[in-house]
Amino acid sequence: MSRSQAGWRHLIRFTLNGKPCVGEAEPRLLLTDFLRHQIGATGTHVGCEHGVCGACTVSIDGKPARACLTLAVQIDGCEVRTVESLAPSPDRLGILQAAFKRNHALQCGFCTAGILMSLDSFLREHPRPDEESICDLLSGHLCRCTGYAPIVRAAMEAAEELADQNQEKTNA
Amino acid sequence: MKPAAFDYVRAEHLDEALGVLSEEGSDARVIAGGQSLMAMLNMRLAKPKTLIDIMRLADLDRIERNGGTITIGAGVRQASLLEWPELRDSLQLVALALPWTGHVQTRSRGTVCGSIAHADPSAELPLVLQALGGEVHLRSARRRRRVAAKDFFTGMMATARADEELIEAVSFPTVQKRCAFREVARRHGDFAIVACAAVETADGVRLAIGGVADMPAARDFPRLDGSALDDALNAFAYELDARDDVHATARYRRDLVRMIGRDLVREVLQ
Repeated sequence: MSRSQAGWRHLIRFTLNGKPCVGEAEPRLLLTDFLRHQIGATGTHVGCEHGVCGACTVSIDGKPARACLTLAVQIDGCEVRTVESLAPSPDRLGILQAAFKRNHALQCGFCTAGILMSLDSFLREHPRPDEESICDLLSGHLCRCTGYAPIVRAAMEAAEELADQNQEKTNA
Repeated sequence: MKPAAFDYVRAEHLDEALGVLSEEGSDARVIAGGQSLMAMLNMRLAKPKTLIDIMRLADLDRIERNGGTITIGAGVRQASLLEWPELRDSLQLVALALPWTGHVQTRSRGTVCGSIAHADPSAELPLVLQALGGEVHLRSARRRRRVAAKDFFTGMMATARADEELIEAVSFPTVQKRCAFREVARRHGDFAIVACAAVETADGVRLAIGGVADMPAARDFPRLDGSALDDALNAFAYELDARDDVHATARYRRDLVRMIGRDLVREVLQ
């Protein structure tokens, strides 16, 4: 049993976007604030802070999860992926990001980081999704400017492209 | 919207968690998936001095079949239960209701027992436990006991769990009878305005309603049809003491109970 005392910072060792990472967190620090303020990974956005809006969604051990409903101390030893992991290099967009851009699936972009991370986790497990399952997944996110139709379109297009790419890799 | 300060205890054995609970009682809270409790902490509706994390206890991450019951440990996440290959055949009503519990992004961490511990009056899992007549397995450093669902829920987010107890597991009976589930919410995955579960019984149907009274309410009905059924449902709807809130009026909730109730009774008894 380990007890981490209130008011003290404790070492958190975890994997962030494939690289080992260490940070310090008080027990009450949320994963959202830990990522943004301690680690400096500000791609993850903070919206409602009670699990409703989905803006802070990240991937924890391969599953999409709300960073605002997770404590930094809970992810010790876990594998976390954030929106920063999607682009292959700082000057290029990832497949999902490019599909969002093409389809005008974002306007202000506040909700986008969370939606991308939900889709990224989901498409890894479901490479050929139907529109209904994409809509069900998106029900965990609030977007107040774009509307969901272009987001669904972008997701379906990205899914196809990702599937083709994996097919090519398998054949090669 | 940030939690008040607390000590964080990561239990490696169940005894450690029970020890902290018996020492600190209501000052300590157990956290599993955290999908209900974290929102309460962020809004400071809960301000425990100690948080006990039980998610590293491998013993609690179990789904077991004992004769006619399925026992689900406190570490089993909602997503894991949904992916359990035997779910549809063994616990049909749970299989129908679980996709309505939160979203993919919260079921990935939220646990079955955690939702029942939280006892939100509009949550699906407490409703299903009530409809099926399941049991909650409580454990403290001193004793173990099982409490039937009808005695476990005692009010709005209130349960029969004592301060030094934790929910070790919940068990659902496997019923091979007809079941149905329906819910009305503003957005799929949000808390229900009205949720309704129906299970066929020996001489009729049991109807359970969530989102209206301050806890899930179950009622057994004989085989009824036509105006006799409408009258019985109307009486039930009024007894649930619906209230107006920002989501819906009391009258709308009663309407939903009458309409969904009638559809589900017919579906189960047809």
